[in-house]
Amino acid sequence: MSSSRGRFGIHGGQYIPETLMNAVIELEAAYDRYKDDPDFNRELNALLNDYAGRPSRLYYAEKMTRDLGGAKIYLKREDLNHTGAHKINNVLGQALLAKRMGKTRLIAETGAGQHGVATATAAALMGMECVVFMGEEDTKRQALNVYRMKLLGSEVVPVRTGTATLKDAVSEAMREWTRRISDTHYCLGSVMGPHPFPTIVRDFQSVISREIKEQLLEKEGRLPDAVIACVGGGSNAIGSFYHFINDESVALIGCEAAGRGIDTFETAATVNTGRLGIFHGMKSYFCQDEFGQIAPVYSISAGLDYPGIGPEHAHLHDIGRAQYVPITDDEAVEAFEYLAKTEGIIPAIESAHAVAYAKKIAPTMGKDRIIVVTISGRGDKDCAAIARYRGENINE
Amino acid sequence: MNRIKSAFENGKAFIPFVTCGDPDLETTAKVVRAAAANGADLIELGIPFSDPTAEGPVIQGANIRALSGGVTTDKIFNLVRSLRTDVKIPLAFMTYANVVFSYGAERFISTCREIGIDGLILPDLPFEEREEFLPLCRKYGVALISLIAPTSENRIAMIANEAEGFIYVVSSLGVTGMRNEINTDIGSIVKVIRENTDIPCAVGFGISTPEQAAKMSALSDGAIVGSAIIKIIEKYGRDSAPYVGEYVKSMKEAMLAQK
Repeated sequence: MSSSRGRFGIHGGQYIPETLMNAVIELEAAYDRYKDDPDFNRELNALLNDYAGRPSRLYYAEKMTRDLGGAKIYLKREDLNHTGAHKINNVLGQALLAKRMGKTRLIAETGAGQHGVATATAAALMGMECVVFMGEEDTKRQALNVYRMKLLGSEVVPVRTGTATLKDAVSEAMREWTRRISDTHYCLGSVMGPHPFPTIVRDFQSVISREIKEQLLEKEGRLPDAVIACVGGGSNAIGSFYHFINDESVALIGCEAAGRGIDTFETAATVNTGRLGIFHGMKSYFCQDEFGQIAPVYSISAGLDYPGIGPEHAHLHDIGRAQYVPITDDEAVEAFEYLAKTEGIIPAIESAHAVAYAKKIAPTMGKDRIIVVTISGRGDKDCAAIARYRGENINE
Repeated sequence: MNRIKSAFENGKAFIPFVTCGDPDLETTAKVVRAAAANGADLIELGIPFSDPTAEGPVIQGANIRALSGGVTTDKIFNLVRSLRTDVKIPLAFMTYANVVFSYGAERFISTCREIGIDGLILPDLPFEEREEFLPLCRKYGVALISLIAPTSENRIAMIANEAEGFIYVVSSLGVTGMRNEINTDIGSIVKVIRENTDIPCAVGFGISTPEQAAKMSALSDGAIVGSAIIKIIEKYGRDSAPYVGEYVKSMKEAMLAQK
């Protein structure tokens, strides 16, 4: 059994080509140097507050709570951040770190386009070159985000290999990094890939749970009973969970994209349908066939359409600290529409997976219970696709 | 420890790579026999993977063709069993960590020994993760091949010190594929390797012409060629064996002519 760096239980590690080893070692050293550096943190916090709009609001969804008739529901409004999703938290941190390392160019993968837009934004702000890899299928599903990235001065490379979705965008970004390392930082968007990415991204996203804890303490004087977030690679989920991991009374629930159902092949629910494997630099759970070929996964959500899950989530699942539940396309779309009508909030279709599960469990819980649902992003980008799903054609 | 040493006993070693099952296993068998008959000293047999992150477009294409033709790890094991009735040169598998891990590492590596596979090359298994498979490779006498890259620098000595079989020197940054020029200072990488081990080293990535093979093997103990062979197979399909044989012959001759 391997015991290399960056392990979460048996998961994690650094399964990458030798060409990239010194790059990740250099990144780890830089991160260790700057993570507690006062200047670095002052600069990052100023950006998070004044540029990204933190802290994000913790909103009591009173109508939804009344309508469901059970637990009190709070929404953590990451959708209100600059660029419209939680992704900016991580990107500002990594871009600052890359600058400190003397890098002048950022590359990134993107699924729904939110991480790509956030990276393009940070690159524009900090005067860095930026190239975003995006599955060709996703460039069609998320055409608006492609335009936004270009508007921000970034190059967008459509990836045509494999299933032309998020996993292929990650593969292509890794290939590009092996081509050009000296001036380039790979700004990975989720808590996945080789060490130290799962740790770095988690740390930058953990601001979400730190704020939830403070804000709920102020409003309710106590901890929540459950925190619910959607999981693809799992960055908004780990950010929402992190400061509650040692609070055993808080249930941590990750919502996976079940696509057309976990009993079909058209699913992306990794914990529910995958098994242990090694891919994209990490040991974790992956959707794969009996010979280890990675499965062509499916979800209506481009951001959750990934055949793996971050290694820390895999570990939290193994030890029973977090629970990972499947949510189908139908349930997510229904929740997308529900939150729009009930609270006047249009969530990202990714986040709608978390809303869908809150709808299921809130009525089963007492009125003295509290659920926090992370709305990881806003849903403007999804409107055209959801309209199509409902048989309506609109021009973007 | 196994046959690999013999690959480096006929002058500089020429090491062709072929993706098993591209376009089908019968063609792979013919190509391997043609390469062996025309001077290949060791053959790398690629087990295709759905998402080969270290490969350029040419070998990615071969992986897709092979997998869509229905090739599996078990079918490739059977191919090797049948090849081993007459092919005597060393053979190594080139694949990705998940193919080995998912099959069950011990089941995979013990089968390698049983069918006559001498080495295992896993581009996504760096030095730091070698414990994943190294104990089993040692148990079954299969050499776990180490890779050294242009960016390895301070890591070369550490990797060379524990290397087995041969060392795969990655000639260039980036993924596999043909290149017009190789700019890495291979000579100085090999110098550090030689200071740390007696194990032979062969250069791969980007080599396609006899001139490049001669030049790279002059700096090391051999040359590895993948994409250029896959290109021939892509062009001639089921009829590619004689063309690959001819190509292997021209490469080996150019390497032998190099003084």
